[in-house]
Amino acid sequence: MSQRFVMAIDQGTTSTRCILFDHNARLVSVAQREHRQYYPRPGWVEQDAVEIWRNVDRIMPQALRDGEISPDQIVALGITNQRETAVVWDRHTGVPAARTIVWEDIRTEELIAELRERPDVETVRERCGLPLATYFSAPKLRWLLDHTPGLRDRAERGEVLFGTMDSWLIWNLTGGVNGGLHVTDVTNASRTMLMNLTTQQWDAELLSFFDIPARMLPEIRPSTEIHGRTTRVVPGIRIAAALGDQHAALFGQTCFARGETKCTYGTGSFLLMNTGTTLVRSNHGLLTTIGYQIGGEPVTYALEGSIAVTGSLVQWFRDNLGLIHSAPEIETLARTVTDNGGCYIVPAFSGLFAPHWHSEARGIIVGLTSYITKGHLARAVLEATAWQTREVVDAMEADLGVPSSVLKVDGGMTADHLLMQCIADVLDVPVMRPMVAETVSLGAAYAAGLAAGYWPDLEGLRRNWHLAARWIPQMDPGHREEEYENWKRAVELTFGWARPRRAADRIR
Amino acid sequence: MPGSIQSIERAAAVLRLLARGSGHHGLAEISASLGLPKGTAHGILRTLQRVEFVEQDHATGRYRLGAALLHLGTSYLDANELRSRSINWSDTLAARSGQEVRIGMHLDGAVLVVHHVFRPDDSMQTLGIGAMLPLHATALGKVLLAYDAELSDFARRRELTSLTRRTIVTPAALERVLAEVRASGWASESEECMPGEASIAAPIRAPGGLVVGAIGVSGAVDRICDPAGRPKPTLVRHVSFAAEAVSRELAA
Repeated sequence: MSQRFVMAIDQGTTSTRCILFDHNARLVSVAQREHRQYYPRPGWVEQDAVEIWRNVDRIMPQALRDGEISPDQIVALGITNQRETAVVWDRHTGVPAARTIVWEDIRTEELIAELRERPDVETVRERCGLPLATYFSAPKLRWLLDHTPGLRDRAERGEVLFGTMDSWLIWNLTGGVNGGLHVTDVTNASRTMLMNLTTQQWDAELLSFFDIPARMLPEIRPSTEIHGRTTRVVPGIRIAAALGDQHAALFGQTCFARGETKCTYGTGSFLLMNTGTTLVRSNHGLLTTIGYQIGGEPVTYALEGSIAVTGSLVQWFRDNLGLIHSAPEIETLARTVTDNGGCYIVPAFSGLFAPHWHSEARGIIVGLTSYITKGHLARAVLEATAWQTREVVDAMEADLGVPSSVLKVDGGMTADHLLMQCIADVLDVPVMRPMVAETVSLGAAYAAGLAAGYWPDLEGLRRNWHLAARWIPQMDPGHREEEYENWKRAVELTFGWARPRRAADRIR
Repeated sequence: MPGSIQSIERAAAVLRLLARGSGHHGLAEISASLGLPKGTAHGILRTLQRVEFVEQDHATGRYRLGAALLHLGTSYLDANELRSRSINWSDTLAARSGQEVRIGMHLDGAVLVVHHVFRPDDSMQTLGIGAMLPLHATALGKVLLAYDAELSDFARRRELTSLTRRTIVTPAALERVLAEVRASGWASESEECMPGEASIAAPIRAPGGLVVGAIGVSGAVDRICDPAGRPKPTLVRHVSFAAEAVSRELAA
């Protein structure tokens, strides 16, 4: 019998990838395409769902071609995606009602402020595990319903469908207007603010709080389950798993036991800890979310520290300031100096996420003197990611009362050697990178391969985890504390900056 | 002597034109100035853009000289960029070969280790990024020497330091080995740098063929070589495959 493989599609914030893995979890083929980001106004971030679908249409066949693999050698497909990003489309034409509103988008700030005044606001966090913030899908969906002419009526009549990117891709892959499946997985649903964490069903109270018609919502399924077969692009492939990217990374890092933690460094960065079947509520600004759900089993919960801006700060440094030519050059530039020269950058571009949740915060560069060079700024960019990690690690320790002894990392930014050393230094624990940096894709492949019986069990997957690199802390403790104090002071300076827009702006 | 190549002459003319005056030129203007059909001029500009000798302004669509031209004399590929672009395939090489993987670039007469992946046996290992290795005594170094005539000239004129009893120390012997590397497309060494250690490496090429680095595996002699002391053919295949995959990634 010819060799068989698992396919993963990682629909990320800036690009979509199709990766094939073999039985030993080794990467066989990668195809990738970036999609456009639209920034129509300050704080708005949009994407074109059709462009993303077209990219999937190209990369699936390309990954097969590059690996010289035929479609019948693919055992299963796992889909993972940028979370919270909301798309609404017409079920009869497949045409999106508007551009997708991306997770980083903060246009719903005022809506959030209004909702916060409601008497029943306390029940929201209780039911969905999330703080009321612009980050999650429900406010974005509500905004689309309020601001797209006729959309609410069409939603009430059942003509339009809502989904996160997993739903959009599965609906399209399984036939689109010709009987496409309208489903989502429980991890993606846990990021909408509309799902009840305990029952894992859409919650009538939450739907009414956000004023969302139930008819437009997808059916909630476990993360690993045979959803159906593809009928388009490469027909006949079993779709056997779907889960949000951070949940996939938890799975790919084989954090299957309670207490196991990983941090994924991408556009934003996300620290997740498996809390087993216990639903842990945070007192320190972390989110309660679903880690994953294997078909036929109870859900595994997780605690999450979400950092909005890390890799995207490097992109901003490259694209908006033009100080570097490519993202990895940030390290080269940062190495032209030996320290930050007293300069700190707090990238509160979308407000601050965990552990602060200040949506009115805005970014600052502080400590500027005539001594500061672009090298110092580059250092401050990398250090911002390290200190933000420290804040969520501290929150996790405070919630659980257990100090962490090591940090497992993955994601594109783990290629930045200086950054990884810096994270080890500020956390004062070793930082470990597994052999597959593409852990998000690997997790989706694992979940799909598990559902399809390609891998027998979780223990089998664990044996595939190997250490690729380890960074050991080298920073002087006194210096670490001093720098952390400076960072905390810089963070405080960002609070309370944004003010509600003037009435005139609102009408426009 | 063969005749001159017309498209290169035309590309040179485009660059000279862009270097003049305002430095910003539209396609119509370029094709009119050089008396070239628009399609031809466009093709030349697209190719020059691909090699980063020309840039196009997003807003106006006009062309100007690229930043890469100004830095022709300095290093062509950023070391951290190479690590970032090669991380997937070096992980895969480590997983397939079961050996530790290094990527090296030339810096100041030595091999600079820009990336290092541990041997996948979860034993205690130390990250070696930033280490400097000798050019003449490592497989990575031999690859870098083999495809850079000036560097190998320089290396042969210096004293070839003896590190073990098997280190190549005469210029003639080194040149013979480098010729073999060029013929086979990969390099190896056994106990030439450290007793008991061996390595295999192959070139990473940028689009156009320029060798910008080397990727290879290393470890105990009995892991890298067969009982006769020759590099194991499967490892050579894995290393060559990874080198080609990274080179393709650089072209993407």
